Amino acid sequence: MPYAPFKLGKHELRSRLFLGTGKYPDLEVMRKALDASGCHVVTVAVRRVEIGQKHAGQILDAIDPERYLILPNTAGCFSAEDAVRSARLAREALAVDWVKLEVLADKKTLLPDPLGTLEACRTLVKEGFTVLCYASDDPVMARRIEDAGAASVMPAGSPIGSGQGVLNPNNIRIILETVKVPVIVDAGVGTASDVCIAMELGAEGVLLNTGVALARDPVAMARAMSLACEAGYLAARSGRIARKLYATASSPWTGLIEPAKRPDEVAGE
Amino acid sequence: MTAHVNGKPMELPAESTVAGLIERLGLGRTRVAVEVNKELVVQKQWESARLKEGDRVEVVTFVGGG
Repeated sequence: MPYAPFKLGKHELRSRLFLGTGKYPDLEVMRKALDASGCHVVTVAVRRVEIGQKHAGQILDAIDPERYLILPNTAGCFSAEDAVRSARLAREALAVDWVKLEVLADKKTLLPDPLGTLEACRTLVKEGFTVLCYASDDPVMARRIEDAGAASVMPAGSPIGSGQGVLNPNNIRIILETVKVPVIVDAGVGTASDVCIAMELGAEGVLLNTGVALARDPVAMARAMSLACEAGYLAARSGRIARKLYATASSPWTGLIEPAKRPDEVAGE
Repeated sequence: MTAHVNGKPMELPAESTVAGLIERLGLGRTRVAVEVNKELVVQKQWESARLKEGDRVEVVTFVGGG
């Protein structure tokens, strides 16, 4: 286990990878993918019971409560009011006091509505929730969310489900320099390198769903995401070398055999 | 008496409670939460929470999502 202890709310987390539970081909594939990802926290959405359905919340059968922490989310809410209501319902049904807050603006972009997000965040914090707050990658918004009392800021790497990866790494860098609460990059992950990049930037964690659930082999992709998360985490703490324009030889220039050819002269060398 | 349960009209006996509705729906007490007219009704109030004509009831659970 390469990760240093990571506390979020009252939970000590053993993984930096957070997984969503939507869009898997079936529950058994999801169960195996969660297992392969090594994640500790999984997120679920709040929805109406289907009338006539006797066994509510079947998704929870596939999530071992001994092994995973369930983080309800307010996905699909387009107003602060709806998100707050969903969070309250989730807290009541699951007896958990944390929530991944999403207040969306429209269905096409699924971008967060900044005003609704802030309003809901303030309300939920006042009501004692540990709020993990989905946001755009705007550094100013990240600061406002922190000021509103969120336990984590979750900037989108790119739009939800888009698989575009981290589109603006400099914004993520600025957010990481600006806020003190943990930053978890949420949304937009398409493949393992996206997770690795987010972690290398210094994110405390990454939340993803579609990149695994809709991969041709979700279980193998979940494992890839797990390795990428660890790789990025370790790299971020290992002091990478500076980027240089020109080459630096790894082998010594001394002790070479009698050359048939000398290197080309390069201007300015 | 007619209440709207998850957006659909449902005929319920007079004096129905939230607890009675949940039982009528065949649901257990875990993994579900209820609000009436946009206000959460915590489980320990289910027995005492009477439903009225025209109440808008939401009964929710969890599904896969990210």
